[in-house]
Amino acid sequence: MSATTTGATAPPADTVNGSRLVLALTDCWTMTRRELAHWGRQPVQVLVGLFFPVMMLLMFNYLIGGGKGITGDYAEFLVPGMFALTMVFGLDATMVAVTTDLNKGVVDRFRSMPMANGAVLVGRSVADMLQSFASLLVMMGVGLTIGWRWHGSLAAVAGAVGLLMLLRFAMLWLGIHLAMVAGRPELVTAVQILVWPVGFLSNAFTVPANMPDWLGAAVEWNPMSAAATAVRELFGNDPGVAGTSWAAEHAMLLAVLWPVALVAVFLPLAVRRFGGLSR
Amino acid sequence: MTDAIVVEGARKRYGEKRALDGLDLVAARGTVHGVLGPNGAGKTTAVRIMATLLRADEGRVEIAGCDARRQAREVRRRIGLLGQHAAVDEELSGRQNLEMFGRLHHLGARRAGVRADELLARFGLADTGRKAVKQYSGGMRRRLDLAASLITEPEVLFLDEPTTGLDPRGRAEVWESVRSLVGGGTTVLLTTQYLEEADQLADRVSLVDHGRVIAEGTTDDLKARLGGDRIDVVVRDGAELVRAARLLPGAVGGTDALGGTDGVGGTDGVTVDADRRLASAPVTDRMEALTRVVRALQEEGIEAEDIAVRRPTLDEVFLRLTAGRTEDQNRMKEAV
Ligand SMILES: Nc1ncnc2c1ncn2[C@@H]1O[C@H](COP(=O)(O)OP(=O)(O)OP(=O)(O)O)[C@@H](O)[C@H]1O
Ligand SMILES: [Mg+2]
Repeated sequence: MSATTTGATAPPADTVNGSRLVLALTDCWTMTRRELAHWGRQPVQVLVGLFFPVMMLLMFNYLIGGGKGITGDYAEFLVPGMFALTMVFGLDATMVAVTTDLNKGVVDRFRSMPMANGAVLVGRSVADMLQSFASLLVMMGVGLTIGWRWHGSLAAVAGAVGLLMLLRFAMLWLGIHLAMVAGRPELVTAVQILVWPVGFLSNAFTVPANMPDWLGAAVEWNPMSAAATAVRELFGNDPGVAGTSWAAEHAMLLAVLWPVALVAVFLPLAVRRFGGLSR
Repeated sequence: MTDAIVVEGARKRYGEKRALDGLDLVAARGTVHGVLGPNGAGKTTAVRIMATLLRADEGRVEIAGCDARRQAREVRRRIGLLGQHAAVDEELSGRQNLEMFGRLHHLGARRAGVRADELLARFGLADTGRKAVKQYSGGMRRRLDLAASLITEPEVLFLDEPTTGLDPRGRAEVWESVRSLVGGGTTVLLTTQYLEEADQLADRVSLVDHGRVIAEGTTDDLKARLGGDRIDVVVRDGAELVRAARLLPGAVGGTDALGGTDGVGGTDGVTVDADRRLASAPVTDRMEALTRVVRALQEEGIEAEDIAVRRPTLDEVFLRLTAGRTEDQNRMKEAV
């Protein structure tokens, strides 16, 4: 009956047998492939994304140089801090990607198709996590060439990488949510600007002991500082200047709790907001 | 259940603005239903609600027997959507797009690829290769968009102004696709600003204004109500315009139109436009009217610059339907 129209092979929808879960996973994979295909078309952009943090690392290491009160090699102190900073700045990348995507007409088509609701967001997540993981590996490579070393076991190194990716995962969902709340690219720029103080009001570059008391306290409670301190501990990059406040002494705990709390709040919010875009 | 689309009392507000104000619409299976209306009438809002992209504040919306609010996923399995604006991934190639949409329809990787190639060939996009869609021309993009809405043969296909921005060939191709789809049993809902398009394709038409249906029927019904074709006469000398307008009613319609010769803009539907030196009147028999008008003008010694028989424009249709509601007429003029 339809041979003359869309061709004899015009297939009915949903013919792959499978449960809702299998279909949902298929959709997530399809959306991940979409993001990977975008990379394939924008190789330069991908490289720029990978090398921006490397540039920051080199700049802070050689131009701005050591911070006072840090014993030993500054690279040992700086490099793990820069890992954490890179994860936090991933927030920015996620927000830009989500806003541009949601303002594209293709989202209308996705939403009019029988696909799993969150697959678009899952595709975004997988792509961003892969990108950040690649970025982390590149940074570790560059770190090694400028004198940073890890001194712990491989398990500890894996733990450090895991903590950093957890921080990135938290930034991912925070970013997705903020991007949807802001909606328009102009508002996203405003949020982006706020990422910088969060990134720099941390112990990535210098120890809180060098700051006024009130600022030092704020810095020690910063999720990024907790991650940096915990990661330094795991890599064995102890600069011997860990603070003595509760936050500084429980950095490892905070480095887990902060991201988990952020994900617990913003993942459901983001998913709900995405589902409710039509109202 | 033979109706593929049932909309009852659909309302949608944006702040104070009522985009839909109690819209009713029914389309039988396997038919083409035209939704005709000026800018801002609520056509896109209606389509987005029917395609589950928006929720109506009030009212019942049933597509292919499924409730658009509670069974959105079921609806989505059965529909295709060609939105007013392109809904394809501009960064990817046409083939990448179609393959992706095929996978999202759960065809599986292999069949999604095969289907993509078929559709590319069918819509004349087979040689686009790896080129990103953002480098396509407007017409190519529209064709790809249409192909994407036909990945699986939908039970109900929504087309929001499918031919706006297409050249005559592209337009003819879209029309051809629509006709063959309907031959295959698909129900098509098509919005348009062109009366001719509705005339060409639609079995029934709803005229929409201010988020409400102001007239509904077959195109023949509506044409009968609206006076069908019109003849336009442009006179060389503006001073002759009124004289030309006076003889039009007698000339065009055979005996039954002879009654009303009182002139301009009267019940016989004659209108004049002094700036363009144009007089216009409804006709029933195109050829007959043309011959008689030419002869009448010659007899009266009125020189014409141009004479043409044409379909009424959407403006004229709306002006006629809303005659007496001055605010609407003013709005229509602004919208033109
Ligand atoms: N997201 C929105 N926010 C506020 N107002 C809206 C929104 N979408 C539509 N409207 C308003 O609702 C009314 C109907 O819009 P709609 O897009 O449905 O019209 P349309 O018939 O498709 O017009 P066009 O022929 O220009 O495409 C318009 O007055 C429009 O300004
Ligand atoms: Mg519209």
